Amino acid sequence: MGTLQNQPTEMPSTNAITSTAKAEVIRAEQLCRHYRMGETVIRAVDGVTLSVRAGEFVALLGSSGSGKSSVLNLIAGLDRPTSGSVIVQGRDLAKLSREELAHHRLRTVGMVFQSFNLIVSMSVIENVELPMRFAEIDRGKRDAMAREALARVGLQARMNHKPSELSGGEQQRAALARALINRPQLLLADEPTGNLDSHTGVEIMNLVREFNQHLGMTVVMVTHERALAERYAQRFIFLADGKLVGDEVNSSAAFKEATDRVGIEVERE
Amino acid sequence: MKLPDLTELAVRNLRESVLRNSLTTIGISVGVASLVAMLSLGIGLQQMASRRLMKSGLFDTVVVTSRRDLRNFGHEENGNAPPPGESKLLDEDARLEIEKLPNVTEVYPDIRFPTTLLYEDKPHLTMVAALPWSAKSTDAFETLQGQFFSNETAHEAVIQKAFAEELLGRTPKPGLDETNARELAGPLLGKELTLRYAQREAATAASNNTASNNGSASQDENLTSAAYSVVSRELKLKIVGVSDLDPESMRGPTRARVFVPLKLAENLHIMLPTDLREISAAAGDQAVYSSVSVRVQDPAKIRGIEDAIKKMGFNTFSILDATRSLQQFFAVLDLFLGIFGSLALAVASIGIVNTLVMAILERRREIGIMKAIGASDGDVKKLFFAEAGAMGILGGIVGVVLGWAIGQVINLGTNVYLKRQSLPPEHFWAVPVWLVGAAILFAFIVSLAAGLYPAGRAARLDPVQALRYE
Repeated sequence: MGTLQNQPTEMPSTNAITSTAKAEVIRAEQLCRHYRMGETVIRAVDGVTLSVRAGEFVALLGSSGSGKSSVLNLIAGLDRPTSGSVIVQGRDLAKLSREELAHHRLRTVGMVFQSFNLIVSMSVIENVELPMRFAEIDRGKRDAMAREALARVGLQARMNHKPSELSGGEQQRAALARALINRPQLLLADEPTGNLDSHTGVEIMNLVREFNQHLGMTVVMVTHERALAERYAQRFIFLADGKLVGDEVNSSAAFKEATDRVGIEVERE
Repeated sequence: MKLPDLTELAVRNLRESVLRNSLTTIGISVGVASLVAMLSLGIGLQQMASRRLMKSGLFDTVVVTSRRDLRNFGHEENGNAPPPGESKLLDEDARLEIEKLPNVTEVYPDIRFPTTLLYEDKPHLTMVAALPWSAKSTDAFETLQGQFFSNETAHEAVIQKAFAEELLGRTPKPGLDETNARELAGPLLGKELTLRYAQREAATAASNNTASNNGSASQDENLTSAAYSVVSRELKLKIVGVSDLDPESMRGPTRARVFVPLKLAENLHIMLPTDLREISAAAGDQAVYSSVSVRVQDPAKIRGIEDAIKKMGFNTFSILDATRSLQQFFAVLDLFLGIFGSLALAVASIGIVNTLVMAILERRREIGIMKAIGASDGDVKKLFFAEAGAMGILGGIVGVVLGWAIGQVINLGTNVYLKRQSLPPEHFWAVPVWLVGAAILFAFIVSLAAGLYPAGRAARLDPVQALRYE
């Protein structure tokens, strides 16, 4: 159920992920997340079962309130399921302690958000370094790693600026660099282009695809823009009212075209 | 998170809302200042009191008596000691032995005897005591009119005020102010006082020599060495000082009112009451003391020295117990002052709680972000603790300085007042190093305790909700 019939033929070559390329990274079984609001129970996620394999780029599609962000939060370990299980890299997040969940968020997943969620009082490089502080990485190593991550997203020139001094696109690049810093295998993006104009959105999505293709990160992206998903994702998962209503491989022309154009766009920039 | 990172983030966060955090820190400072001020007043008063007592020479002195002296203190303690008759003599050898104990600065015999003194041919009966040279520096003679003995064997006397009154034929009228020692000293200083005393004169040197040369005549030797004659003598003394205070008030009825230099008294071989009792045990030329006073370097070591002397087979007495109850009094005083001082700090700790709870509300989103990128509950908790702790340490340091400054100002003000009342200035405000350290540590601990609730609340924050919060 929900698995791909056709795996992407080209997989990243150099990463450690390669060895477990076909392995299942995420598996959700009858995943439920219910909220109680007074007398009524809101079923944000209601019996979702899905599976994502290593190296995939999956788009979670649905209208607002469909539960797609809730599913993402459950995979991220920010939230706990009411029932069912969500297994990420072999660990059932429902059974982890709070401490272990924090470790999961620190090491296994990197997150980007619609509203960037940078800490406003810190400079860009400090924001990028912050997860390494929690990971207790030596001070000496941190600076070089943060610079490297910022170089990867093309933001090294502005690393000493505060987030408020950056454009939306630049802020999202900083957030991507931060998501990358502890080398997680999983990138979870919640409407990453929602606050960006279309041109900047494309730049960010190209970076996300680069992470997917060149770093071998598995990407799960929440979006309500079908067009964006068609251009970048290999697979769509549709949600409505907390239920999974569709799971299909991206066979649109836009995806093929976009994939073919990657090289050209990179050259142009 | 590691400590340097934690500190850095905490300081950064504190700087984010400088005004609020400074006000909170000032609150802690005021609390610590009041605590430090209260405690240093208590400690200062205690030091002042013990300084006075120390100078009086009562607290660093052990009085040693022989167990042969049946009238003495401490018989009930002698459970397993030999009966008085077999106990050691308190003689010159014993005195030297005691002097060898560690931390003993001085051992001097207590020479006191009731006798008649002639002043302008009128006899006056009183107790005369010998004073060691070290008595010069004690408090008792601080307000001495005239001067102390010019040297250790001077034919001089210091008399007590009451005796001076007797000599001048003035009796103090009850209800009236006490006569000033200065008035009494005027007509007396430099006048002559004739001391009548009984001298112990050893049997002639010749008979002693024969005895020791003739080893076989042991019976004879015993007889001669114990034999001495008593001769009545007179000695003219110059009155050099009139003492305002009564240096021997603790001795009760045996307290002396005329004092002569100790060395002089020893040289005179005055017949003492003990001599009669030990007539069969002591050598004729050797003094046997009814008691000796042992001066100790450090009053804290008195207990050990007392024990050592007891082991030698003597009775001891010190006012250590009196000091102990004094210490108890000051401990209670310090406790009360400390509690009142802590009240302000308790109020300040509520300020910390308030500030941090406000900070959680403001930084809710930030906490959510930190948790989303991998901060554990512990990290968030530690961060808030670090902020509380930083405010505590900073407030503690400022508070100690403030408390010290308040103390200095009050000390200064009081001394100006004392001066106006023509009283000597006193240093009754003391901030010992341990208090500085303890106050800062206390502020730190109180702040951490205050941070307990906010930190726990921040750590439990649900990241999903926190991220939704704008």
